[in-house]
Amino acid sequence: MKSLEELAALREQMKNRVILREGSGSIRVVVGMATCGIAAGARPVLGTFVEEVAKENLTDRVTVSQTGCIGICQYEPVLAVCDAHKASVPYVNMPPEKAKRVVAEHLRDGKVVEEYTIGKAE
Amino acid sequence: MIRAHVLICGGTGCTSSGSDKIHEAFERELAAADLAGEIKLVRTGCFGLCAVGPVVIVHPDGTFYSRVKAEDVPEIVSEHLLKGRPVKRLEYKDVDESVREQVNVSLNDTTFYKTQKRVALRNCGVIDPEDINEYIAMDGYAALGKVLTSMTPDDVIKTILDSGLRGRGGGGFPTGLKWTFAKNSVSEKKYVVCNADEGDPGAFMDRSILEGDPHAVLEAMAIAGYAIGADEGYIYVRAEYPIAVHRLQVAIGQAREMGLLGKDIFGSGFNFDITLRLGAGAFVCGEETALLTSIEGNRGEPRPRPPFPAVKGLFGQPTIINNVETYANVCQIILKGADWFASMGTEKSKGTKVFALGGNITNTGLVEIPMGTTLREVVEQIGGGVPNGKKFKAAQTGGPSGGCIPASLIDTPIDYDNLIAIGSMMGSGGLIVMDEDTCMVDIAKFFLEFTVDESCGKCAPCRIGTRRMLEILEKITHGQATMEDLDKLEDLAKYIKENSACGLGQTAPNPVLSTLRYFRDEYVAHVVDKKCPAGVCKALLSYSIDPEKCRGCTACARKCPADAISGAVKQPHTIDTQKCIKCGVCMSTCRFGAVVKG
Repeated sequence: MKSLEELAALREQMKNRVILREGSGSIRVVVGMATCGIAAGARPVLGTFVEEVAKENLTDRVTVSQTGCIGICQYEPVLAVCDAHKASVPYVNMPPEKAKRVVAEHLRDGKVVEEYTIGKAE
Repeated sequence: MIRAHVLICGGTGCTSSGSDKIHEAFERELAAADLAGEIKLVRTGCFGLCAVGPVVIVHPDGTFYSRVKAEDVPEIVSEHLLKGRPVKRLEYKDVDESVREQVNVSLNDTTFYKTQKRVALRNCGVIDPEDINEYIAMDGYAALGKVLTSMTPDDVIKTILDSGLRGRGGGGFPTGLKWTFAKNSVSEKKYVVCNADEGDPGAFMDRSILEGDPHAVLEAMAIAGYAIGADEGYIYVRAEYPIAVHRLQVAIGQAREMGLLGKDIFGSGFNFDITLRLGAGAFVCGEETALLTSIEGNRGEPRPRPPFPAVKGLFGQPTIINNVETYANVCQIILKGADWFASMGTEKSKGTKVFALGGNITNTGLVEIPMGTTLREVVEQIGGGVPNGKKFKAAQTGGPSGGCIPASLIDTPIDYDNLIAIGSMMGSGGLIVMDEDTCMVDIAKFFLEFTVDESCGKCAPCRIGTRRMLEILEKITHGQATMEDLDKLEDLAKYIKENSACGLGQTAPNPVLSTLRYFRDEYVAHVVDKKCPAGVCKALLSYSIDPEKCRGCTACARKCPADAISGAVKQPHTIDTQKCIKCGVCMSTCRFGAVVKG
């Protein structure tokens, strides 16, 4: 270690490794992982979120987690984007391909993908 | 990306109750569920709540699982980590019902943690102690960087002085003052030593810090080296702490590899390196001069002070020697400032103190509280009270050098000066809680047996005096003592305190003196009435059967290992006191409460 800058750079790089232990980020993506969700293919959706959030460098703000059955099994896979400061946005009928768009538009750019939300499905 | 962390306690307590197997089971199950890429397993240091170990924490939700077994792991993986449903039956049950009713209680909301203030233990149970990167992510080595690039040695010492930090090993000597003395001693070579020879029965604060956050100690030692002008450090740690030793070795290796120990640290021209020395487990080696003698390769015996180590210490050179917990506070003081540290605690005792809670207490474990917290808060709130509906009788602090705090003084704010004033001492932080079934004479005897064993034998008051005191205590517990013996015991205690060569002997009589001060009536009961009020001292006990209550079921007679109970079926039984060995089996066997002890 030759300088404070070097240490600071390493610290920033390593922060991501421990940030989860300080609690959830300001945005939580909650994927329905009940039997119905898993049967409808929620597992790869969860995996896609995990990968895409990392790719977009959003790990310091976004926590990906799971939940049980929400009760709208006909719309599975179901997930919700919960922002601490806004109302949560439920997305339905969500295969992995669509998940990528949610990460890019909603999580990165802050624009809700209206056509995938539960309002549009009904 | 990793979406969840599973923290598994790797402290000595949880490891001995099988957390290794839990770790293996998680590895296996995560791989089988194809979750290994998104869930990280972390082996941490002690979380503190050893009573309910092995402990597993799942982040980001902070779910706190207690008493986990390897068999439970498949369920945690398939239910919680895959489907997101925490396994309720394994979640920690708080002692407070209102907390228990809340959903998803995180660690910091539990009654055990919420009033604690973690400074020395801040990384214990949070980071992987064997990964320097995680320490760096938690501002590790930033204090050393700050010191080497922007502070003079005098600035460092002034910060430590202003913070009011006092030695956490027991004596409570101001740390900054010790550093000043060593800095002012002129010499080519100086040393920084860490006293990790934790020997008090029931104390495990230092071990937990070394196991959970070893880099904090290494970094602080380097800071101390810069402050006094030393380039070499020694950590004297017990060989009986294999996990702590291993993690220290790993930490030193990683710090060297990254250039955080070694030559020209942060390009400042400052060199510092650390060597481990394993102690063989002699209690006297916790005394600083004996410890230094032992590092030098000699038999661990104390030497007279002055000269103090700050003037003439290791290998005859100026040396500072501080305890593990003292060092664990240093980096935080440098980063957050002396005022921040001094804002915690009481007028003369600043900051926090770590205690190892043990004995008759619900939440056995490690707690860190601001100085000035009352004993009542520690025992009743954080500790969860005395189990089995028993009454709190006393707390013992300071181990074999300390004394007892009776129930009447439970509202005493804990700090150095208050504890000395009531005849105990802070010590390194063992806090043993005792309930009404504890005999205080027996406790004093226990600690004295320890010091008799551990006396190094160099000076007569300690070697011979403590042995004579123990003999008197044995007479008392056998009901053979007279009131004169009590006076003799007190005289001897005072003589040993005044005339012993080192701290071990000077403090050895404290457990006797403090129990005599607060529980004299119990001593008198042993001497005059030949009774042990708590029913502990076997020689003064006798068991008998109440013929009114006895149904003649013969259960006790069948269980008695000495064949001391006789009587016909359905007739009251009797105990032959000549044959009785006072094991108490009859009492625990009897379903009618007919066996009485007195």
